[in-house]
Amino acid sequence: MDGYITEHPILKFERGKKVKFYFENQELKGYEGMPIAAALHAAGIKVLSISERYKRPRGFFCAVGKCSSCLMEVDGRPNVMVCMEPLKAGMKVCRQKGRGEL
Amino acid sequence: MNTGNTHQTADRYKDLDICVIGGGPAGLEAAIAAKKLGAHVMIIDDNPVLGGQLIKQTHKFFGSKAHYCGVRGIDIAKLLTDRVTELKIDVVDNATVVGYYDDDVLGVLKQDTFVPIKAKRYIFATGASESMLAFENSDLPGVYGAGAVQTMMNVYGVVPGKRALVIGSGNIGLIVPYQLLQAGVEVVAIVEILDKVGGYYVHAAKIKRAGVPIYLRHTIIEAKGNDSVEAAVITEVGNKYECLLGTEKIVECDTILIAIGLSPLCELLYQAGCRIDYIPELGGHVPFHNEDMMTSQQHIFVCGDLACIEEASTAMLEGKIAGAKAYETLYGENKRSKEIAEQAKKELFIIRSSPFEERILFGRKKLNP
Repeated sequence: MDGYITEHPILKFERGKKVKFYFENQELKGYEGMPIAAALHAAGIKVLSISERYKRPRGFFCAVGKCSSCLMEVDGRPNVMVCMEPLKAGMKVCRQKGRGEL
Repeated sequence: MNTGNTHQTADRYKDLDICVIGGGPAGLEAAIAAKKLGAHVMIIDDNPVLGGQLIKQTHKFFGSKAHYCGVRGIDIAKLLTDRVTELKIDVVDNATVVGYYDDDVLGVLKQDTFVPIKAKRYIFATGASESMLAFENSDLPGVYGAGAVQTMMNVYGVVPGKRALVIGSGNIGLIVPYQLLQAGVEVVAIVEILDKVGGYYVHAAKIKRAGVPIYLRHTIIEAKGNDSVEAAVITEVGNKYECLLGTEKIVECDTILIAIGLSPLCELLYQAGCRIDYIPELGGHVPFHNEDMMTSQQHIFVCGDLACIEEASTAMLEGKIAGAKAYETLYGENKRSKEIAEQAKKELFIIRSSPFEERILFGRKKLNP
């Protein structure tokens, strides 16, 4: 969990409870309530999905729920905007390949 | 999708005067102004907390005391949010407005529940999204909007990487690298295609003192890396902004920040049938609006970055005007509403009279010739 800022000259970060969640069956830890994308990024995971046509890796771009570059499968639900979706204990997050199947 | 309690929820808001879409600096000031005057106001916002982009702005504002000079953006967000609570303004958070329908009804999606909401007046303060730049591999993870990095870093305390390259030297392109340094991230350089820095001198001086080079007349042509960014290729440009062959430099970095500008989010305004004009000086496609922030539809007002890409201080003033004027179209002009709008217009005029804001004034003249 080394992507987190521990010391900052201006800000103090109030983080939620530390919880376990799963990324492609790999167990990771993050803070409850933070966006899933932030928790993944802090754990070193930048590739969130694979593009439909050219199978290219995709990460987030805007981080404010506008660009749809961060759509992932969360607990079996496709097209979840993970830059906005808060992390919960036990969540199963998977890279979305192409268009999500409903 | 649960639509079971739709009608019940809609009834709760049947006497709604003004619905403000977007709880950033512009939207909050609009709601505060209208509520103070006595209107029944609601704010819809897609975040868990109000404040819009202010919640990630750790730098101090400058200007005059009336515009929160010396106060950090994060603290302005708190001040405004407290005011909203004090005034008991109805807030619907974690909700996205997904459509503007016939009969002037908003479709709002709140946690998988679709709620139609109807108000007598709408004030849109949806803000803007970051513009993208086309270059080879610009879709690689590690290429982020500068604002995205600011959110991750200043709101959630997550660093974007170890070495960052910034494209664009407007205010965002100058402030975010300084904040990266504060978070312990190395900033390799700032790249600017023009022959001068775009943002305020104070911000540029601060970043130069920190030892970050600014490459003028340079641009990015490629990101390198397999699964995520490992390096960037930058090049000098000529008089017609063409890339000069043979001047390519490879810059090692794992993060590329795009800070080339913002585009107003006017999708809902298109749906509402508002006239949209193309005015590059104001940010591209912007909803037409007059000095009272009224669009081509008399019941729809706009303010903030949606109306014109500018600063939070001007967004707040536009918000006050929109709030007061929307109120006046419902209940008529009174001494207080007149005061709020006139004072805000006066302050806007002063800010925009600075030579730095020439472009904005030029753009606004195009909007209202």
